[in-house]
Amino acid sequence: MDLDFSDSENAFRRECRAWLEANVPREPLPSGDTREGFALHLQWEHKLFDAGWAAVSWPKQYGGREATLFEWLIFEEEYYRLGAPSRVTQNGIFLLAPTLFEFGTDEQKERILRPMARGDVAWGQAWSEPNAGSDLASLKSTARRVEGGWRLSGQKTWSTRAAFCDMAYGLFRTDPEQTRHRGLTYFMFPLDAEGITVRGVDRLDGDEGFAEIFLDDVFVADTDVIGEVNQGWSVAMATTGSERGLSLRSPGRFVATAARLIDLYHRYRDRSDPVLRDAVIQAWMDAQVYRWFTFQTVTRMVQGESIGPDSSMNKVFWSEMDVRTHETALALVGEALELDEGSDSAIDGGHWMKGFQFALAGPIYAGTNEIQRNIIAERVLGLPRK
Amino acid sequence: MHFAFTDDQKMLRDTVREVLQRECAPEVVRAAWDGSPERARAVWDTLAETGVIGMTASEEAGGMAMSELDLVLPLEEAGYAALPGPIVDTVAVGIPLLEAAGTDAQKERWLGPAVAGKARIVVSLADQSIVAHAVSADVLIAERSGAAYCVPLADASISVERSVDRARELGRVSFEADAQYQMRQDVDTTALFVLARERAALGTAAQLIGLSRRMLDMAVQYAKDREQFGKPIGAQQAIKHRLANALIEQEFARPTVYRAGWSMATSAPDADINVSLAKIYAGQAAKFVAKEALQVHGAIGYTIECDLHMWMKRAWALAAVHGDAAYHRERVGRHIL
Repeated sequence: MDLDFSDSENAFRRECRAWLEANVPREPLPSGDTREGFALHLQWEHKLFDAGWAAVSWPKQYGGREATLFEWLIFEEEYYRLGAPSRVTQNGIFLLAPTLFEFGTDEQKERILRPMARGDVAWGQAWSEPNAGSDLASLKSTARRVEGGWRLSGQKTWSTRAAFCDMAYGLFRTDPEQTRHRGLTYFMFPLDAEGITVRGVDRLDGDEGFAEIFLDDVFVADTDVIGEVNQGWSVAMATTGSERGLSLRSPGRFVATAARLIDLYHRYRDRSDPVLRDAVIQAWMDAQVYRWFTFQTVTRMVQGESIGPDSSMNKVFWSEMDVRTHETALALVGEALELDEGSDSAIDGGHWMKGFQFALAGPIYAGTNEIQRNIIAERVLGLPRK
Repeated sequence: MHFAFTDDQKMLRDTVREVLQRECAPEVVRAAWDGSPERARAVWDTLAETGVIGMTASEEAGGMAMSELDLVLPLEEAGYAALPGPIVDTVAVGIPLLEAAGTDAQKERWLGPAVAGKARIVVSLADQSIVAHAVSADVLIAERSGAAYCVPLADASISVERSVDRARELGRVSFEADAQYQMRQDVDTTALFVLARERAALGTAAQLIGLSRRMLDMAVQYAKDREQFGKPIGAQQAIKHRLANALIEQEFARPTVYRAGWSMATSAPDADINVSLAKIYAGQAAKFVAKEALQVHGAIGYTIECDLHMWMKRAWALAAVHGDAAYHRERVGRHIL
């Protein structure tokens, strides 16, 4: 056991810190979940990519720097510590890319990865359907075999930022004789194709961060199928595994949020009481605990172990911690909590209420925490399914 | 960054696990409850034979000069088995204190026997008069008004106090603080007792992780075996979610204890804060798992016929000793706020 970072890990930290300190925008960008803010976030992604920081763990040939998992965590710590912009490319980089690395053809990787990481082509996910949320395998959208490809039809929903994206990916039923998770195939499709309608949906915080996608006989070429036809479920599970696990929620952002909470506490401590003070301490400790739990998990991954259903524990912990931390912040702010972003008197630009509303999504998306708890009980503890 | 134990550390854990599995079944804990600690004493002897009891002693003293980090996994196993006896006091705190501050005569009399498992050391820090296992231990190392004493318990007056966990054999100890018991005065006893407190908290946290694991194992097994409405109760989502929550609490507490062990073994500057996190999270997890395990067991868990109660009561006691959550949270608060 060695819980200090190595010399080379420390050198990596200094390198990314120096670049980020010189380049992170001084003023926060407008929300990346609005059309205007999204465009500005993409410009930031171009800059990140051109300097080699967009996807640090990727192979060099796709624009990464072949960083180790720990170096990636270090990058994230520095990134969020400095309050750098949220990553609007994450549905591509962290969800689709791992699937492409595992199942994609060389042609697909060559064609897709670099423009994805540079933000030249923006990707959204298209998993859920109106009647297939937690029960994803009940999805109804279909793909029909035609000359040279497929025709997709159906409806997808809760597609993050799809109103602003260029491409999307998701599962479609290719074998109508099969049910549930059999007979599904993983497709990528352009959002401006003939037969597609995208309708933005305003989220809880008022931003157009969601979209519905309607597909009416949309042509997709065979080259945009990932993995084997009718094997889409197992291909997709590789992606949802990384969504729940480390990829979307490295500890850096929670450690940074806890540090900002402490700063807020110092400004509002005269409003505080012992209960709130304890909650602030608890928030800081929880972020630390999540960090060390992650380091332990990553060590296992580095040693070649696969994490599997353990990632469900990760997801439950960080998502519920994030809600608690924001609740504590709002309690410190008191009645000023209702002053929303765009209000001149808002505290920290209304950032805490915004963050609170964003945090409330955590226990819902990427598999609700109820589903995660079922997974933990059945696959980790071995309790009977029925 | 490498957050994993070595093969040697895991091997030692496995050795302790095997000994305790073989020799420290719940009946042994139950016997200690019923005033028959002989079988638990025999387990102690076996552990001494494997070298675990003397592991923190120097090699000259017949030990293995092992660190706080090496201690964490064996103590976790002791918690898993609810081993009766002052293992944290003797191994994590007492033997190192005796070596560092004992006079030649005190070491001559107690160190060898302690390492060999023949003398059990209990420790009383910060003028505490109630001492767990005082009733059956052999020697007390006590901090009284900042000074260190090494007192044969045969010379002390002990009145029995009753712990909710009867296997803790509490006693209220008093002794004449006179020169013959005093430990060396040419060492920095203040610093040694500070270190002793951290070790006691760390060792207790490690035991709490083991207690959690055992209670969760019992509850999971019960949920698989117990049938109602024609199926195992563990097939019900309400039961699944309770047990999933218990596992999450436990698994997130675990690395805090390992990290605290590493911090102490390397004298890291934030070791005390890491010990506080370990004690808070391990205590919180053990109490939470206890509550969920009881609920899953239902009425049978609410009896002393079911083994669960011995683990629960140990968890309640250990979560509170060597700094409860409020004490350690305040220490963290002073550090970060």
